[in-house]
Amino acid sequence: MSQQASAKYLKGATGDWEIVIGMEIHAQVTSKAKLFSGASAEYGGAPNDHVSLVDAAMPGMLPVINEECVRQAVRTGLGLEAQINLRSIFDRKNYFYPDLPQGYQISQYKYPIVGEGVVIVDVSPTERISVGIERLHLEQDAGKSLHDLSPTESHVDLNRSGVALMEIVSKPDMHSAEEARAYVSKLRTILRYIGSCDGNMEQGSLRADVNVSVRRPGEKLGTRCEIKNVNSIRFIGQAIEVEARRQIGILEDGGEIAQETRLFDPGKGETRSMRSKEEAHDYRYFPDPDLLPLEFDQAYVDGLKGQLPELPDAKRARFIEQYALPPYDAGVLVMERASADFFEQTAKGRDAKLAANWVINELFGRLNKEGFDVAQSPVSAAALGAIVDLISSNIISGKIAKDLFEIVWSEGGDPAQIVEARGMKQVTDTGAIEAAVDAVIAANPDKVEQARAKPTMLGWFVGQVMKQTGGKANPQTVNDLLKRKLDV
Amino acid sequence: MSELTHLTLAQARDALRSKKISATELTKAHLSAMEKARLLNCYITETPELALEQARQSDFRITQGSAGPLEGLPIGVKDLYCTKGVRTTAASRILDQFTPTYESTVSSNLMRDGAISLGKLNLDEFAMGSSNETSAFGPVISPWRRHSDPSAKIVPGGSSGGSSAAVAAHLCLGATATDTGGSIRQPAAFTGTVGIKPTYGRCSRWGIVAFASSLDQAGPITRTVQDAAIMLRSMAGHDAKDTTSVDAPVPDYEKAIGSSVKGRRIGVPKEYRIEGMSPEILQFWDQGVAWLKDAGAEIVEISLPHTKYALPTYYIIAPAEASSNLARYDGVRYGLRQAGRDIADMYEKTRAKGFGSEVRRRIMIGTYVLSAGYYDAYYVRAQKVRSLIKQDFDLAFAVGVDAVLTPATPSTAFAQGEQGSNDPVEMYLNDVFTVTVNMAGLPGIAVPGGCAANGLPLGLQLIGRPFDEETLFALASAIEHAAPKIEYPKPWWA
Repeated sequence: MSQQASAKYLKGATGDWEIVIGMEIHAQVTSKAKLFSGASAEYGGAPNDHVSLVDAAMPGMLPVINEECVRQAVRTGLGLEAQINLRSIFDRKNYFYPDLPQGYQISQYKYPIVGEGVVIVDVSPTERISVGIERLHLEQDAGKSLHDLSPTESHVDLNRSGVALMEIVSKPDMHSAEEARAYVSKLRTILRYIGSCDGNMEQGSLRADVNVSVRRPGEKLGTRCEIKNVNSIRFIGQAIEVEARRQIGILEDGGEIAQETRLFDPGKGETRSMRSKEEAHDYRYFPDPDLLPLEFDQAYVDGLKGQLPELPDAKRARFIEQYALPPYDAGVLVMERASADFFEQTAKGRDAKLAANWVINELFGRLNKEGFDVAQSPVSAAALGAIVDLISSNIISGKIAKDLFEIVWSEGGDPAQIVEARGMKQVTDTGAIEAAVDAVIAANPDKVEQARAKPTMLGWFVGQVMKQTGGKANPQTVNDLLKRKLDV
Repeated sequence: MSELTHLTLAQARDALRSKKISATELTKAHLSAMEKARLLNCYITETPELALEQARQSDFRITQGSAGPLEGLPIGVKDLYCTKGVRTTAASRILDQFTPTYESTVSSNLMRDGAISLGKLNLDEFAMGSSNETSAFGPVISPWRRHSDPSAKIVPGGSSGGSSAAVAAHLCLGATATDTGGSIRQPAAFTGTVGIKPTYGRCSRWGIVAFASSLDQAGPITRTVQDAAIMLRSMAGHDAKDTTSVDAPVPDYEKAIGSSVKGRRIGVPKEYRIEGMSPEILQFWDQGVAWLKDAGAEIVEISLPHTKYALPTYYIIAPAEASSNLARYDGVRYGLRQAGRDIADMYEKTRAKGFGSEVRRRIMIGTYVLSAGYYDAYYVRAQKVRSLIKQDFDLAFAVGVDAVLTPATPSTAFAQGEQGSNDPVEMYLNDVFTVTVNMAGLPGIAVPGGCAANGLPLGLQLIGRPFDEETLFALASAIEHAAPKIEYPKPWWA
């Protein structure tokens, strides 16, 4: 472990530094209504379209907990293998801001709904780490202040005000930008499997506050800075790199890190101070007297546990076991539930390893290139399965299969029929191939001499034979025949 | 016409049912009395047109035979209750021009049962005060006068001072009120009226401007115990929009009126004999004990040892919650806004202009006790003491006490400006006997027991087990029966 970790140290002018990263992820809960009001939690809509009297904090309005959000938080907690607290408490976090109508955010402070858990993260094909989860709690989102509609006024859109968020707090268990990126990616995968958050970072459904500090290897934790509201996995990585470099620079110059909140500017590639510890709010947390403690029993939790879908780690383990896939391939396939399902449909009753190769290399490669997700694939699992079948039964070669995949991708159709109709079948008739081989040998006596002296010339002959057969000759048969006839 | 305003709510109900009077004439009589009593400043907003329209509909329903339990009965609504289409101020400049698009659950329950709203009653700003002097719409003057100096303007108590004065001056048959630390019971005691704060959770808080959420409860102020029972039955009930409201059936409280109290155990807490209490109040308390004893109740001395901490603890918890509850009045979405250089300046100017000094004081106290470094020393400790206060009562009830009898207030009403002008704590002491009830979430009723030598009314308080308002109504009606009948002041203001 320490061997691996040392590779992650950053070189400074005066020696090695270790980065320590912890994250607070805000994940919008998938639910029709907001956390404490019946207003729609849907993304978009005209400004202030999704605002109830409660969201606008009209006098005398009271919050009522949306049970669906509680259910989603518990399910997520189970997905993080975390402690589920049968009793939790909503607190008020008090501060003034125009997009916070109540003058406080309802959150959970001392007693969150979910306690400690863990996320297993694959950082690379050869490296797994486990990142501890400190807690998960439910809280309200704020509205949005719009400062660009008028030169003299600001406007407020309360559509998001009161939407349910899960704040998922990690332990400071990450030590590089890669680990942090992989953690967010894995967390998003888990949330999507569970269906408790759509994980859409562009729409702000998933946002990260990243805590970064640096220290000399083995020393105690350094002072951290919190980079607020980073909204893409790529930016999370960039923000960590530049912030760690900034801190190392200060420390190596004999300076001290000031604990503060910073913003990442992706355009300039730098972090900037938002507010210092001295300017930090005193949020005056106290239990919200409008809400009773949130209580449920173990049977409720067990019921939800029983209905959870197979989660990525379990699915990955099963793929390794059931399909004999390399762990890395299995990991790639389970990243998205839809991809895993696609693979399983493709692999059903077939050579799973071959199916996995085709799903990962051809299909995913092509989908990525086009910016499609698996649900948008023009090639269905059944069609890809049929292609795999044609390869397995030696009807087409791998090379032809790639052409076939292209045809199915752009034109659609039944792969077997296409192969039949367009004469793409591999020639396995040894007689026909032998004739072609003989013809090529007869026509090129000089090359035959060369090949006998230098066996790597064989490739040239293979190429010629394939040319003659329109690429349909079984390459293995061609090879075998040539070797025999040229006596190499 | 004045005869009509002098009916009790129960009498008016019966007269309406037997068609001896109409809702319209009953309403007109009250509107006319209100018009003549503007000097008392009981109403912030009068709604005569709406009242007459409601009366017309009530009369129609009575003839149709589809009358509700409160059909055609004109009442006043404390201006802390949000009322749809009718300005709701909380007696604060910050909500000066605020008209809700919604009706509070409790007031809509009353309207559902046929009650007619005459208008919105004055109160201390955001229900913070014990004399109605903190209202941004000016103080309410009690109809009661002191023998010694009849020209002195007597306060009606607070915060529900508009409610208590309007009921005592016959400007409505009954009124809604709210009680956070005594705001129903103290004004009732000051005006010779009956006021009940039901168990926390008995009435919905939805649509009532919040002061201190864990303490606020709605309740009625009326001229008789029976009237209070009738009104509370309509006001109470579970509301899915308030998760602290309790889903338990609402009994027919009126049935408890006049029922026997024989064998009921009444606890008399020794800790309520506080230092410096006037002999007149002590004597009055003893009188109350004697009345219940005569009615067959058993009297036991009890101890509520944490009583002395109740008031200071209350003045930590209530302002803490208030400081947060009142943060929404920021000039951004509704209510008063004072332009500023930037957002912080706008907040400061708006809130400085919008809130009166008592509200500002409590916001500052509340902010202080919740702030980092003080939270544990103040708020957390106060909550612990609160549990002990509740435990005191639990222990008393556990040994068979059915209700606790105390004076409602440590003195009779005072005149404007006589209390609290130099030291706010002097004013806070008005709540010394009532705050414990809110802290413990228990029901408490104030019932008049006669007048003091100065000519002003005195009230007794009965405290009951959770959700046992029926016992309170039974005991209060026994006291009402035994005590000298309250002679409400003749309308010197008209």
